[in-house]
Amino acid sequence: MIRPLARRLVWALTTLIVVYVITFVMVVMVPGNPFQQSDRSMPIEVEHALRARYSMDNNWLYFWEFLGGAVRLDFGPSFTYNDWTCTQIVSQALPISAMIGVLAILFAVLVGVPLGVISAARRNSWLDVSIVSGVLIGISLPTFVSGVVLLTVFAVAWPILPIGGWGTIKHLPLPVITLSLPFIAYICRLTRSAMLDVLGSDYIRTALAKGVSPHQVIWTHALKVAFLPVLSYLGPATAQAVTGSFVVEKVFGVPGMGQHFVNAALNADAGLIMSTVLVFSVLLIFLNLAIDVLYAWLDPRIGLTI
Amino acid sequence: MPTSSTDNLILNRRSRWSRFRANRLAVAGLIVFVSILLIVIVTLPWTVHWYNVQSLDHAVRATPTAHPAVPYQAFNNALQDSRLISWPGLSRFIWQATSWMGHDDLGRSLFHRILPATLLSLIIGGCAAFVAVVLGSTWGATAALLGGRVDAVMMRMVDVLYSLPYILTVILMKVALTRPLSSLFDGHAIPANLLILVLAIGSVSWLTLARVVRGQVLSLRKQPFVEAARANGASTLYLLRHHILPNVAGPIVVYATLVVPQAILQESFLSFLGIGVQQPIPSLGRLAADGVEAVNAFVGFWWLIAFPCSALVVTLIALNFMGDGIRDALDPKSSQAPMI
Repeated sequence: MIRPLARRLVWALTTLIVVYVITFVMVVMVPGNPFQQSDRSMPIEVEHALRARYSMDNNWLYFWEFLGGAVRLDFGPSFTYNDWTCTQIVSQALPISAMIGVLAILFAVLVGVPLGVISAARRNSWLDVSIVSGVLIGISLPTFVSGVVLLTVFAVAWPILPIGGWGTIKHLPLPVITLSLPFIAYICRLTRSAMLDVLGSDYIRTALAKGVSPHQVIWTHALKVAFLPVLSYLGPATAQAVTGSFVVEKVFGVPGMGQHFVNAALNADAGLIMSTVLVFSVLLIFLNLAIDVLYAWLDPRIGLTI
Repeated sequence: MPTSSTDNLILNRRSRWSRFRANRLAVAGLIVFVSILLIVIVTLPWTVHWYNVQSLDHAVRATPTAHPAVPYQAFNNALQDSRLISWPGLSRFIWQATSWMGHDDLGRSLFHRILPATLLSLIIGGCAAFVAVVLGSTWGATAALLGGRVDAVMMRMVDVLYSLPYILTVILMKVALTRPLSSLFDGHAIPANLLILVLAIGSVSWLTLARVVRGQVLSLRKQPFVEAARANGASTLYLLRHHILPNVAGPIVVYATLVVPQAILQESFLSFLGIGVQQPIPSLGRLAADGVEAVNAFVGFWWLIAFPCSALVVTLIALNFMGDGIRDALDPKSSQAPMI
């Protein structure tokens, strides 16, 4: 257990470094100038001075400087948000996105798994058909449409929730539900197909033959195994949800992390691009690692492989 | 009982088709998709003239009461200009049939924007899926066939690309491709923009396919019939053409049908950011995103969001239902569990 874990850790760090190198190369190669984004352009001498100040005139130096800072969680200044360091931006936005994201994933699991189980257990019934259709609609609906629909219904037509913003508990439900809709759809679909596979296996037939109630067979014997694919989906899903969604933040006016991914890329803000990528990759890689460890613990036949 | 391989194939094809037909949702999806495709293609000669015709007198105002109808005179003039219909009775009929969707802030008929928009979205989705399929299956098949260290390195690269945030990669790809491709197409901004979109979306959607194809090729290589062919002296190229590719085609087709709606959704997301299809060319995502903005500014223009979004959602649902049905038909394993 220890040796494969150590090997996985080394591999995780290697991936992280490769991700950093790729992002750096993209940032350097992609055209765009973070210093000339606003309408008031600065004199070229000022730009040169700024580039020299942040070691951006020498890519090699900048590469090492940013990496050295990132190790100490110091991501340097943002080039579009004046007077802000990237660390400040991330540490302000990430908790907000994380709160919405974790709640959305929890909600998605609590709704998606039971729906998938019911759908598989009553295969081809009208309930199954309507759940499967609902799932496909959930996958097909762009978030900006479902968000606006929810906003119109629950904040305009029937004003029980605020129209947008952040700060009180009443600001939570709409963004959380909007963000969770596609996750509910995927989790329900995964659970359904895994349940269909499991329900066909011999041990389920044995349990039923021995007189265990179908209810218990489905919800304990079968779900235990059928949950595993959902578990491995939860790694990337959580990383994605926790780092925020641009659309949800824009529709509901939430000051989260998702907007920074988009704005940093659009503004060619080198420091912020690399900080957001590193935050996302660290989350993704270590969540995946954690889930693989959990997987190996739940199903000892699998074990930890690289 | 010995059966020749062609018999098997035909049998298979029949049972696949009957499995697909048994799936009512998939058949409904297919019917809806084919009708959408027919409608947008048949009406293209008209809509291509009409989609950008403005009549500012009838543009939506800041405080709309009901969505205004498209003025008949302007519509008729544009139809006469297009020289496709010269019979006034028919043009009045088309006007009556299409003006119920109202028009946008520039007085353009929403109906005549949605139709070409649907076609364009389908083209973008199809081309992006094609790019993803070519990239992904080449990558996956190459990795599986070369094997060993090359395979390990190629698949690790896929792992690494997976851990890049997808949104950022699309935007950076789009920004990176814009300059070289625009100069290549100099003067033709619209085709350059569309090509950039397709390449950017396609180049981030191939990772899963690479994994799927690699897995399939690896398991096929160990199948007895492939080993028998190899023992008979078949070359790698022969094996690839006659045994591996025909058998990997199924999963690739399944995946491709599911990438198309994803790509359309991504284009709508890029349009929402303002870097998708550029004005005045309409795509479903562009129209929906414009509608969302208009509704946020002055609540009331419900038709600007309701009709484009419905068109987008209906198209995506039809594609997804169809793709799901094809997947179940080609992979019967997933639907053989007994009922409880």
